[in-house]
Parts: sequence; C-alpha cells; structure tokens
Amino acid sequence: MAIISRGFAGRRSAAEAKLPPGQYLTTDFPVLSAGPTPHISLDRWEFTIDDGSNVLRRWDWKSFRELPSETITTDLHCVTRWSKLGTSWEGVSLDVLLADVKTDLPYAMFRSYGDYTTNLPLKDLMNKQAWIAFKYNGADLEPEHGGPARLLVPHLYLWKSAKWVKGLSLMPHDKPGFWENLGYHIYGDPWLEQRYSGE
Amino acid sequence: MAGTAVLGRVTWRAARVVAVRDETATARTLVLAVRDWPGQVAGQHVDVRLTAPDGYSAVRSYSIASAPTSDGRIEITVERLPNGEVSPYLTQDVMVGDELELRGPIGGWFVWRSDQTELIQLVAGGSGIVPLMAMIRSRRSAGGNSPFRLLYSVRQPETVFYRDELQALSNQSDSVVITYAYTRVTPKDWPRPAGRIDAPFIAMGAWPSSLRPTSYVCGPTSFVEHTTDLLISVGHDRERIRTERFGATGERK
Repeated sequence: MAIISRGFAGRRSAAEAKLPPGQYLTTDFPVLSAGPTPHISLDRWEFTIDDGSNVLRRWDWKSFRELPSETITTDLHCVTRWSKLGTSWEGVSLDVLLADVKTDLPYAMFRSYGDYTTNLPLKDLMNKQAWIAFKYNGADLEPEHGGPARLLVPHLYLWKSAKWVKGLSLMPHDKPGFWENLGYHIYGDPWLEQRYSGE
Repeated sequence: MAGTAVLGRVTWRAARVVAVRDETATARTLVLAVRDWPGQVAGQHVDVRLTAPDGYSAVRSYSIASAPTSDGRIEITVERLPNGEVSPYLTQDVMVGDELELRGPIGGWFVWRSDQTELIQLVAGGSGIVPLMAMIRSRRSAGGNSPFRLLYSVRQPETVFYRDELQALSNQSDSVVITYAYTRVTPKDWPRPAGRIDAPFIAMGAWPSSLRPTSYVCGPTSFVEHTTDLLISVGHDRERIRTERFGATGERK
C-alpha cells in the first residue's frame, strides 16, 4: 500500500499516460555514460561480428556506409526514467548486418570503443528491431550520444543501445554486460519495468 | 561488485523526514529515517516515490549525500528545478514528520569504497557535488586518509552546497583540498576571474596525471563532457575517470 504524499498532485498529460510504467516525458536528450566520451576517427572505425573465436564479418566506415540504410522514428525509454517520443534516426538494420551470418548462437554481446559492453538475445536484433544508427535528426550522430555509430534497440531500455559500438560477439549463453554486471536487469523491457536485476 | 551493487533494490521502504536543512536558495537537504535501511556505499542513489491521493505516482532518483551510519538515516540533497514535478515538492512542501517511499541503494559504478587507497580527484559541477560529498564524508567517517582533491564549479558563492562543512574540512591539514571555480560571480578579491573550468585551473587544482588518480566527475552533461575532455587532454587515463551526468530536465541528484 503506497504512502500518500500529503499535498502532492503530480503533473499528468495524455502523453505521459502512454509511457511505460515509472517513466516521465522529456523533450531534451539527456546522456548516461559511465566514463568520458570517446572521440573515434572514421578512418580507424570498424565494426565486426564474431562468434567468440572467428571474425565472421568486418566493415570499415566506407563499406558500412555503403550498406542500405533506413530512417527510423521511435520512442526512447531510459532506465533513469526519462522517455523521449518520436525521435528520428538513420541507420543500418541488424537484419542487413546479420543477413549472411549462419549461426546457432542465440545471444550477442555488443562491444564499444571505451570498453562498454551490453548483452542481448539475438532474436531481439532481428526483424526490424535493431539498427546501427549514424544519424540523429538528420545530422551526424554527436559523440556524446554515441557517434560515429551506436546500437539502437528501442524496445529495450536505452542502456542496451550501446554507444560507440565496434562490434558484436555471438554467444552460446546469455552473459551480463557492463551495467548488467552492476545490477541492471539482464533483459531490460521498459513495459515490464525491468530496471534492476531481480525485477 | 555484482550482486552487492543494488542491494535492496526492489523493496519500497517507508522513510520519515526527520529534519530539513536549506543548502542554498533552491536546494534542500532532507534527513530521512528509513525502515530497515540496508546501508549504502558512497556515490549510490535512491529512488523516491511520491503518490497522489488518487494513486498517481512519480519516481525520481536522488544521490545520497551522507556517509553510511548505523542508525538507518540517510540524507539526500534536492535541487529545485523550475519545471520539476517532484523536486518542488521535496524542497518546498515536505515537512518534518512526513513519510515518503524510497528504494535502494542503487548503483555500483560511480562509487567510492573506503578500502580504495589511491589518490582521488573529485570534480563537481553544481548539484553534482552531492554524491561526491558522500565520498568525502565517507572518507572522514571511515577514518581514512587517502588523499582527496575536489574541484567544485558553481555559478556564484551563494550556490555552494555544504559551504560551512567544506570550509571546516579545508582548514584541516590532512583533509580534502578544495578549489572552487566560479562561473558567473566570484567572491570579492578572488584571484581567478569568473569562468568555467579550463586547463590552467586543472593544472592548479587537480592531481597531476602522473600520479594516476581515480577521478569522479559529476554534473550536467555539458560540464562532464567539457571537464573530462580537459582531464584527458592533460594526460589523465580515460579508464580512471568515472562519470555521472544529468540533463537539463533530469532530476537525478
């Protein structure tokens, strides 16, 4: 039974009613990062897919940008409780990146410049659910928001959308990444309010 | 580290407001007696939940400002945001004796543990001082003498949190060395003109990078981006810099 806060009315809007539980609406774009923002030069950038022992696919910036891209309009939900609606991105679908990868490995660990990692089931990356995004609102993605390129997997809390990605490793079993090791939920569905492990 | 990071995470606990203390014109510290509080590590935060009579609730995260104690009390310092939903209530409406709900402590990354022995560089922008103050207070209550330095950027002298306590600390020889940057208005006769933290200020006030300190940087996003870039440009290891950022509307801290 919740304790009623004497004199607290709150601030409600029709838009807030459509948010996942415990989220509030923001119009700016806050940043959550564990450390300094890395600044990655495009001639050194690469994205690789491996299976834990062999590199299966590799793109440099030029070959990555030659892949077919899509524009994505989506809502974002951060575990720190802000949500931002109708954000606009351009990126390469993971369906494209994984198209010729034959694997039985059902999990992926994303790796980032700056040593961030986050884990996802492979099925959450397929069927138009995840992209490697390189533009936000029509402009090159700013470093503080993950540029030159970040994972965008908007149906999960935003910490899963790893900034500064440099690759993914396919795994036979699910393993916690950086924040997941520090107590965040292993999966992170905002609609089920899976913020912290045990929820 | 894993597992202990978010002890008590799921349980909402009743917390009674036992004292309030104004830090500045817009920031207030709440002293909370929390039922079955499991204890915290410096730098962790709590979720605070307010519930309206019709059941509507709003939750925000606030850093803990106090050192761990055995009496189940914690302090949070809340900065009132002009269009905030929760912070105006916590800084203006809450009275001693009121009950709130909270859960935590939460967070296992932006923390300082009393068994850390390396040099510590703290860098605070505005209300970003709160979790760093918990580290300073925890160091003191643990009887620690690991060397701390604090760079504290504020708009003007009146916006310094914990002013008397920091003043008393900086008068002790084995304590925390504090250097202020005033971005808008300085105290009278202050040697450095008003302005944001820059490279000469880092050189004057921060541990040299050659001593390999661990740095904790907390403040608004633009502040954290700016100061971590500066620290890296004068040779600090990016791996030894931990950050916590909040946006313009973020009510964390």
